[in-house]
Amino acid sequence: MSEKDRIEPQLPKCPTGIKGLDEITNGGLPKGRPTLLSGNAGSGKTLIAMEFIVKGALEYDEPGVFMSFEESDRELAQNVTSLGWDLEKLVKEKKIQLSHVKVDRSEIVEMGDFELEGLFARLEHAIDSIGARRVVLDTIEVLFGAFTNRAILRSELQRLFRWLKEKGVTAIVTVEAGENTLTRHGIEEYVSDCVIFLDNRIVNQSAIRRLCVVKYRGTSHGTNEYPFLIAEDGVSLLPVTSLGLDYKVPTEQISTGIDRLDTMMGGEGYFRASSTLVSGQSGTGKTSVAAFFVDAACRRGERSLVFCFEESTEQLLRNMRSIGLDLTPWIKNGSLKIQTLRPWSCGLEQHLVNMIKIIEDFKPRCVAIDPISSFLSLGTDLQIKSMLCSLIDYLKMNQITGLFTDLSSRDEVDLATTSSVSSLIDTWIMLINIENQGERNRGLYIVKSRGMAHSNQLREFLLTNHGVDLIDVYVGPEGVLAGATRLTQEARQKEAEMVHRQEYEQKQRLLEIKRKAVERQIKSMREEIEAEEEELKKRIEIEMLRESALTNDQVAMGKMRGIDKPVSGNKETPARESE
Amino acid sequence: MEKVVLKLYVSGKSPRYKRAIEEAHRIREKLSGYDVRLEVIDIREHPEVAGDDNILATPTLIKKLPPPIRRIIGDLFDSDKVLMVLDLAPLGSKATEI
Repeated sequence: MSEKDRIEPQLPKCPTGIKGLDEITNGGLPKGRPTLLSGNAGSGKTLIAMEFIVKGALEYDEPGVFMSFEESDRELAQNVTSLGWDLEKLVKEKKIQLSHVKVDRSEIVEMGDFELEGLFARLEHAIDSIGARRVVLDTIEVLFGAFTNRAILRSELQRLFRWLKEKGVTAIVTVEAGENTLTRHGIEEYVSDCVIFLDNRIVNQSAIRRLCVVKYRGTSHGTNEYPFLIAEDGVSLLPVTSLGLDYKVPTEQISTGIDRLDTMMGGEGYFRASSTLVSGQSGTGKTSVAAFFVDAACRRGERSLVFCFEESTEQLLRNMRSIGLDLTPWIKNGSLKIQTLRPWSCGLEQHLVNMIKIIEDFKPRCVAIDPISSFLSLGTDLQIKSMLCSLIDYLKMNQITGLFTDLSSRDEVDLATTSSVSSLIDTWIMLINIENQGERNRGLYIVKSRGMAHSNQLREFLLTNHGVDLIDVYVGPEGVLAGATRLTQEARQKEAEMVHRQEYEQKQRLLEIKRKAVERQIKSMREEIEAEEEELKKRIEIEMLRESALTNDQVAMGKMRGIDKPVSGNKETPARESE
Repeated sequence: MEKVVLKLYVSGKSPRYKRAIEEAHRIREKLSGYDVRLEVIDIREHPEVAGDDNILATPTLIKKLPPPIRRIIGDLFDSDKVLMVLDLAPLGSKATEI
């Protein structure tokens, strides 16, 4: 046995099967001991006690006896059919025994001392007939109304609890809460292993149910009041959120569903299990960002859940279809669930418990809430922050990626709900209105995104009928231009370019002309020279001819005169010297 | 003769219940003018019948007939008082004159 075991002997626990309760009690109720369940009228005592028995039979193979002092067997069965529990069947299968004890004050006259052996006998008979391991007495308060001899009653109840312990059954005993005391008749003195208190009150016009483990001997337990609700399959307690921020932090990034936005976010998108806030004024396109997020998730084959506080499912689907996003196939194949809720239907805590329950049932990997500003009217800033904190905590603990849209009234960065959560969230995308020249266009920028290099540029956010585009804006001397002014600017730019090019082309042409002209000049000059050369050549020719003719003449004349010496060294002239 | 049906529920054989049974018999004697049927049931031996008459406390004496049904719990230490509660005047006794 380790050191730890010796120092903290743990009581064996009996799991209740009630959502959240086993977590809070670190395993369930004390096994083989009685637990006191105190609460005022309508707080849910009977239901919790019944769920303990039913779950015991269905999930833990422990038969149970439900001894009711108020409701008849039939009433009990009827009250729980809406929760899907078939008591009659369980009774037939001997998994449950219902024992109704009618106590009518008016009939009983007390004369002398008595015991409650009738109670013991009936209880024992019921337990033995099915081998019960769990017992409920609901509510022993009634006994105090029936018998006036308090002393006997007290001592008999003491005996009863001892007897239950000896029998080794885990019991829940329900009592009415006193005005200022835990129980009206001081029973908590005798049942001291575990005391649970249920509260049911109206706060801010909403009914809130809370459970508190007042005492649990030998176990560390959550000491807070935990809100719970009665859902359609039983009681659901808000599970404990981690006190330390020690959840796993994945490094995987998932697509936002909008390509350019992925690029702006370090190339990949949101971190898995991160929380993203998309804030903006009315009509800036927040819901579309949320819709693309869940669409991308569904495409990856991951379940997604959207909590819609403002629109109906049909409205949402129609609006998304107008921007080319059809979510209906995902709904049909079960990947996407759209849960519409009305913000004023219950209080903050109930909303939280309700949403968590829906998440636990559907088990999505991605959750979107549109918009969280719906909670603004339901509590103080602190309460809202606390609730959102719990929700975000819960999502992170369960590695669920969350996206919340937030309606803001101005384009600025600190606002009511936004400032409450901005420190809790990992990524903050802001959608703004760009107003210029009598036009409004949408813009998007990333205020922050922890853990990644993200773009800090403003992009124009276009909702077209084939989807979403993020395009660069113009930042000119007039400021940021988007929409039509951007188009104008683009056109202007194009025109300027065209003009510039035309000028250039023209210059080129002129140059060409000039060159040609010069070339022509050169050509003509050359021709001139050539002509002169030609002429010169001719002249030389003529001159040569003349000279040669002259020579010939001279020779002829010489011959006639009898000159024998060749004038030009001719070989044919015979050598006269040899004579 | 008027029919009287009494049921006494006890739990075991402790002195308290022995006394209760004796008292019940004494009461029956006082009802000599009636056709009395007294049934003593030990719920230790027959726990299943405790549910029939909704027995919680013991000893319990129930008058089933004549109606209305009356129920007394406790040691029943005063048989005259018991008779009064059970609304059974012993036959043959004079009504006290005021």
